[in-house]
Amino acid sequence: MPPMALLLSQAFSGFAFGTLLALMSSGLTIIFGTLGFVNFAHGAMFMLGAYAAFVVLTWSHSYIAALAAGAAVLLIVSVVLERGLLRFFYARPPEDQLLVTFGLSVMLIEGIRYFFGSDSQRVSQPNWGDGIVNFGGLFYYPLYRVEVIGIAAAFLLALYLLLYHTSVGLMVRAGIEDRLMVGLLGIDVRKMFLLVFAVGAMAAGIAGVIFAPLSAVIPDMGTPFLIQAFVVVVIGGLGSFGGAIVGGILVGELLSLTTAFNPDYSQVSIYLAMTLVLVLRPRGLFGAVGRI
Amino acid sequence: MSASLVSRRGSRWLPEIFVALLLVVLPFGFVTALSSVDLLSRILVWGLFGIGFDLLFGYSGLLSFGQAAFFGTGGFVTAYLLTSHIIANVWLGMLAGVAAAMLFSVVVGYLALRRVGLYFAMITLAFAQLSYFVENSPLAHWTGGENGLPGIPPPGIDIGPLRLSFDEGWRIYVLIATLFFFGYMLARFIVRSPVGAVLTGIRQNADRTAALGHSVSGYKLSVFVLAAGYAGLAGVLLGIFQSYMPPGAFSVDTSGQLVFQTVIGGVGTLLGPTVGAAVWLFLRDELQQIPGVGSLWMFILGAIFVVLVTLLRKGLYGTLAAWWRSRPAVPAPAPAPQPEPRVRAAIRPHPGSAHPAPPANAGAAATPALEARAINKHFGGIRAVSGVSLTVPAGEIHAVIGPNGAGKTTFLRLLSGEMAPSGGQILLRGHDITGHSVTAVNRAGIAKSYQINQLFNDLTGRQNLRIAALGRHRGTLRFDVFRSADSIPAVEESIAGLIDELGLAACADLPVATLPYGEKRRIELGLALATLPSVLLLDEPLAGLSPGERQDVIRLIRRLAEGRTIVLVEHDMDAVFALAARIMVMHQGRPLAEGTPAEVRRDAAVRRAYLGGVKAHAHA
Repeated sequence: MPPMALLLSQAFSGFAFGTLLALMSSGLTIIFGTLGFVNFAHGAMFMLGAYAAFVVLTWSHSYIAALAAGAAVLLIVSVVLERGLLRFFYARPPEDQLLVTFGLSVMLIEGIRYFFGSDSQRVSQPNWGDGIVNFGGLFYYPLYRVEVIGIAAAFLLALYLLLYHTSVGLMVRAGIEDRLMVGLLGIDVRKMFLLVFAVGAMAAGIAGVIFAPLSAVIPDMGTPFLIQAFVVVVIGGLGSFGGAIVGGILVGELLSLTTAFNPDYSQVSIYLAMTLVLVLRPRGLFGAVGRI
Repeated sequence: MSASLVSRRGSRWLPEIFVALLLVVLPFGFVTALSSVDLLSRILVWGLFGIGFDLLFGYSGLLSFGQAAFFGTGGFVTAYLLTSHIIANVWLGMLAGVAAAMLFSVVVGYLALRRVGLYFAMITLAFAQLSYFVENSPLAHWTGGENGLPGIPPPGIDIGPLRLSFDEGWRIYVLIATLFFFGYMLARFIVRSPVGAVLTGIRQNADRTAALGHSVSGYKLSVFVLAAGYAGLAGVLLGIFQSYMPPGAFSVDTSGQLVFQTVIGGVGTLLGPTVGAAVWLFLRDELQQIPGVGSLWMFILGAIFVVLVTLLRKGLYGTLAAWWRSRPAVPAPAPAPQPEPRVRAAIRPHPGSAHPAPPANAGAAATPALEARAINKHFGGIRAVSGVSLTVPAGEIHAVIGPNGAGKTTFLRLLSGEMAPSGGQILLRGHDITGHSVTAVNRAGIAKSYQINQLFNDLTGRQNLRIAALGRHRGTLRFDVFRSADSIPAVEESIAGLIDELGLAACADLPVATLPYGEKRRIELGLALATLPSVLLLDEPLAGLSPGERQDVIRLIRRLAEGRTIVLVEHDMDAVFALAARIMVMHQGRPLAEGTPAEVRRDAAVRRAYLGGVKAHAHA
C-alpha cells in the first residue's frame, strides 16, 4: 500500500485530469447527442487548442488571450467544416460520418505538423500559476494544476448553464431526445446543428488550451486524449452530459490512482473498467435505452 | 439481365486467374523499376490484412477501428515463441500466432459486438489501445516493450533435394504472394457462398436477417474472428519479412492505416485494400523524395481520403470494378431456361418443419396453431398491450383490428419474438415460445411481413428471397463456404416458385431499391413466405397498395391460408371481413371483443369505439 500522502496527491491529480477529460468528453457527447455522429476529429481539435495556446503564450503572456484564441480557432474551424463538408453527411450512414471526421483529423494533425514540425513545444504556464500549494503538510501540489480544476469546472458550468438554463439549450436537449420531432416543431435544425458542433469543438479546444502548459505540445497529442474520451463516453453513456462528467472524473482517478500502485497498469485499468461497464451495463452508466 | 448472368457464370474463376497472373508478373516490373520486390511484399502483407478487414467492414458492415490488436497479437506471439525458442518449427510458430490472434478476437468480439455502429468502432479502438498498453508495459519483459522483438527466423522447406529458406527478397515474396493468393481465394469462396449472402444481409438490414432465421450474432462473431485471423497472419508475415516485430504494430496508427487503405482502394471488393496499400506505400516513398512536399505526404493522403469518402465512396478500385461490370453485356446465345414453376411446393409450409401440422382427424381437441395467454407489454408506465389472449386454430385466418395506437403492431411484435412480453405466455402448437428470440421463433415456424418494408435494398428481389430461403434450408449458423449461394437446388426452386407466385418475374433481377412500391410490398411478403412458416403474421399487408393490387394480394392471402395459419392486422375492413374466420378488436392495448365477423359487427362496444364506418357497409 503506497503512503497516504501519495494516494491523496494522486487522487488530486486524477481529479484535475478528470475535469479536463470531462470537458473534452462533454463536447464529444453533445455533438453525438444532437448531430448523431461521433466526431473522430475531436482529438485533433483538442490539439489545435493547445497549439493556439502555444502561439499566443509565446507572443504575449495573457492566458485570457490564449483561451480566447483557442475558442476562436475552433469556432472558425468547426463552422468551416460543418458548413463546407459535414452537413452533407447528415443523411449518410454513421460509418461515413466517422470516416470523414477521421480523414479530417489526419489532415488537421498533418497540417499542423507541416507548420510547426514534429518537435514537442513547451508552453509556459501563466505566472499566476507558479508556485506550490501546501495541503496541510500532507502533500504539496503545483498551483497551476489546482487552478486547472477551477478553470475546467467553470467551463463545464458554463456548458451546463447553456444546456439547462437557456431556451437554446432546451432545444438542444430536445434534439438529443428526438431529433425528428424538434424539426417538425419548426425549430431550425440546421442552425442548431452548427451551433452544437461549434460549442462541442470549442469545448475540445479550450481543454487543449488548459492542458498545453501541463504537457509537451506535439501534433499527435490529441489521439490518446480522444481514445480516453471514447472510454469516458462508453462508461458514462454516449449522449449523456452527466455521464461525460462522471465518466471523465472516474477515468481520471483510475489513471492516476493506479499509477500510485503500479504505473504499468495505469492505462490498462481504464480499459478494464470500460469492459466491466460493457458487461454489466452495456448502455453506460447514464445512457438511455434505445439511443444507440 | 439473364444474359449477363450467363456470361458472368462462365467467367467465374476470372478474378482468381487474373490475381494469380498479376502476382507472377508484377514482381518483374518492381525489380526493374525499384531493384527490389520488397515494396510489393509489403503491399501484399497490408493487402492480406485488408482482405480480412474488407470481409468485416465491406461485406458485413462492421467498422472496426481496432484491427491492430490482432495484427500485433499474431506478430508478437509468433515472434516471442520463435525468438525464445519455445517453438523450434517456424511454421508452427506462425500458426500459433494466427491462432492467438483469433482467440483474442473471440473475447474482444464477444464484448464489442454487443453494440453496433459507432459504439462498435469506438470499443474496438479502445480494445486495441488496451492491447497496445498491455504489450508496452506489463508484458514488456516478453515483448521487448518499446524496443520490439528482433531476430525472428524465416520459415523454410527442406524436403529431400528441395531446400529453401524464405528469408528475403524473392524468396520471402514467394511465401507472401502464395499466402496472399490462398487468402484471396478463401475470401472469394466466402463472399460467393451462402455465408456471404447472409453477411451482406446483415450489413443491409441486420434486424430483418435475424427475423429470417439467421443467427446474426453468430455470423458477426465468426466474421470478426476470421478477420482477426487475416490480421494475425499479416502481422506474422510482417515480423518474418522484417525479421523484427515493431511495437507500433499495436498502435492506433496501424488500425487507422488499414481503414485508410481499404477506403481509398474501395470497400466490398476484396482487392481494394491491396490497391489502397499500393497507393499509400507508393505515395509515402515517392512524395517523401520531393523537397518541400515530402513532409506533407500524410496530409495529401488525408485529403485524398476525405475526397474519396465524400465523392467516390466506392474507392479507386471499387469505382473501376463497378464501371467494368456495368459495361454492356455480350449477348449470350440463349437465355437460361426458367425452372418450371412449383407454386404449390414454394408456398406450402415446410414439410420438415419442427412442428408439423396435426393430423386432420384430431378433431375439436386439436392443439391450436398459435395461442397467446394474457400477454402484456409495458414500456415504463405505458401499457401498450394488456391482458390480450388469442387462440388461432390451425389453418384459420384470424384478424386483429382496432384504431391507430391500439397496440396491434406491438402485439404482432410480441408474437414474432421481436420483443419479449412483460407477462403472459405464447404457445406455438402447444410449445411454449415465450421470450424466445426472433430468430428462434422464425425457426419454430412463425414469420412476419412488416408494416414498413424491411428489405435488403441494394440487392435484387431474387437475392432478397435467397437470404430468406437460406435460413430455412441450412439452419441458423453454418459455414458452408465452399458452395455457391445460388447452388442449392431446393433454395433456387423455392425462390423461383415464389417469384412466379408473387408475379415478380419481370423485376426479380433488379435492385429492389429501384422497384415501385407494389413490387417491394410483394417482396416483403415473399421474404416471410420464403422461410416456409406454418404461422404467418401479416402487419397491414395492403397498406399503400392500389385497389387492383389489393385484390391481387387478398387473393394471394386466401391461397396462402391453405394449410397455413395467418394472423392479419389490417385497416382495410372490406378485406378483413372478407378474409378472416375470426376477428379480435383491440382498443388502448386491451381486447375489446372477439368473435366471428358477424358477431364483431353486431357488438355494441365495438361500434361505439371503432366500427362506425362498418355499419354502413353491413347494411349495404
